[in-house]
Amino acid sequence: MTAPLASTLPPLERNLPRGRTLGWLAALAVALVGLPLVLPGYQVSIAAQILIFSVLAMSIDVLAGFAGRTPLCHGAIFGASTYVVIYWTTTLGGSLWAGALLGILAATALAALFALLAIRTSGVYFLLLTLALGMIVWGVCLRWTSVTGGENGLRGAGRPAFLADHVSFYYAVLAVVAPVTFAIWRFVHSPFGMTLRGIRDSESRMRALGYNVPLHLFLAFTISGAFAGVAGALYAVFNDFVSPSTVQLSQSVAGLLMAITGGIGTLLGAFVGAACIILLENVVSLFTARWPTVLGLAFILIMIFAPEGIVGRARLALARRR
Amino acid sequence: MTEHLLRLDGVGVRFGGLKAVDGVSLAVRPGERRAIIGPNGAGKTTLFNAITGVVRATSGRVTVEGRDVTRAAPHRRAAFGIGRTFQITNLFPTLTVHQNMEIALRGLSGRKFSFFGSAVLSDEEHAAAERALGLTRLSGRSRALVRELSYGEQRQLEMAMALATAPRLLLLDEPAAGLSPAERVIVADVIRSLPATITIVLIEHDMDLVLSLVDWVTCLSNGRFLAEGAPGEIRQNRDVQDVYLGRARPHA
Repeated sequence: MTAPLASTLPPLERNLPRGRTLGWLAALAVALVGLPLVLPGYQVSIAAQILIFSVLAMSIDVLAGFAGRTPLCHGAIFGASTYVVIYWTTTLGGSLWAGALLGILAATALAALFALLAIRTSGVYFLLLTLALGMIVWGVCLRWTSVTGGENGLRGAGRPAFLADHVSFYYAVLAVVAPVTFAIWRFVHSPFGMTLRGIRDSESRMRALGYNVPLHLFLAFTISGAFAGVAGALYAVFNDFVSPSTVQLSQSVAGLLMAITGGIGTLLGAFVGAACIILLENVVSLFTARWPTVLGLAFILIMIFAPEGIVGRARLALARRR
Repeated sequence: MTEHLLRLDGVGVRFGGLKAVDGVSLAVRPGERRAIIGPNGAGKTTLFNAITGVVRATSGRVTVEGRDVTRAAPHRRAAFGIGRTFQITNLFPTLTVHQNMEIALRGLSGRKFSFFGSAVLSDEEHAAAERALGLTRLSGRSRALVRELSYGEQRQLEMAMALATAPRLLLLDEPAAGLSPAERVIVADVIRSLPATITIVLIEHDMDLVLSLVDWVTCLSNGRFLAEGAPGEIRQNRDVQDVYLGRARPHA
């Protein structure tokens, strides 16, 4: 299988009248703001986790769904940001704000480096090359004990007082995720985002039209890495601990699965996918330790019965009804 | 020698041991309609690819408006005013006609690097898109998904996209390939109606179609230049008839 996980969905612009989209968004905003009022504390924390991983899944969807390049290194880029934030705030004793900024910068720089190596490839080669690049990050985090703490990882400095309880942390995450989501939405619907869809559909046509295809892929990869870095910085505050398991392959795979479950190329499907996978993990963990097995099975079922993802499937059904 | 818009000097393209194009020279005047004909495997599409940069000429020189572009990347050549269509339909099938035009229009504009701006076409861009769709008789189809267009409409969109950025040299690679006779007439009319500011080089197999469209014909055979002349002369040319119809072998 060398075909990318490209979206074959009808473009959203054709399906939804603008007013109705805004209506749905307003309802969603009210639901997200009101959530802590109805959920018990621990579950509010899960909601915060879902929001954080939605950003990771969206950063993956930018490449997988729009540029037609499916990456398996975004978990490592995400985790690199987490490492930098925790290292900065504990070992170096710096402030959280500067740490978050440095974490995002580190993720962006790492993504730019990966992009230089990966953008020449496509399809399954891109998948494997990005997988290998992500594994290098994991190897470095595992072995560079003096900085990363090796297998023991690094413990964080604790959340700042104003973020200590679940509810205020949730609102802080929401206050970051909402504008970041808007930014990613604008990004994929911008003239530049449109060029990525063109590259997904036909690189040779893009060249003939005057586009420098590798440059566009490089920029898209780097910017998507910055978004993954935002998620990683939030995760540092959420988890207050980082170890090689944060940058390992399963993190990249989980992020990709969230994007696929929600629907590749739908962007906001990332929220649905992240919610499904994280809720499933929490429920399943009550009954069995074999979470990866269950995740694998869920993935197989989705690929067979709804390869366009939940939001993708819903959008198709909506388009058909008209 | 800048009175020529396109000039090839001994252009050769070699794939390993195969010389797909072998020392072809030709010169096209501004505003000219030129056909390149030849049997299958004559090197027509490879020659197009060497002009647009999809493959690099391994020998010789390609000059457009006096500028040597032999080594330039394809997107640079597009910026120099070379537009092309593809023999095998090459569009953005998951997008709408409008979105295809949007991408085509911005290929040469700085707006393609607007990361968070609105994708809505400016009035100027909208007018250019409408003009190109009008020229190719696709007005009113802009909201259709490309993969839902008829094959004929897709061929028309091929041309609309190449016309969007107002190229000075337009290369049409078998614009009527696979079309019904009725659709061929549309394509021929579209080509005839293009403004004289665009110099056109086209590859086409349908002799009747091509000879009614162009001022001058170059015939290739086995990667080499075979003959050149006005359509009437080419029709009578012995060598051309031989490569198209086959020659009785003298020693048979």
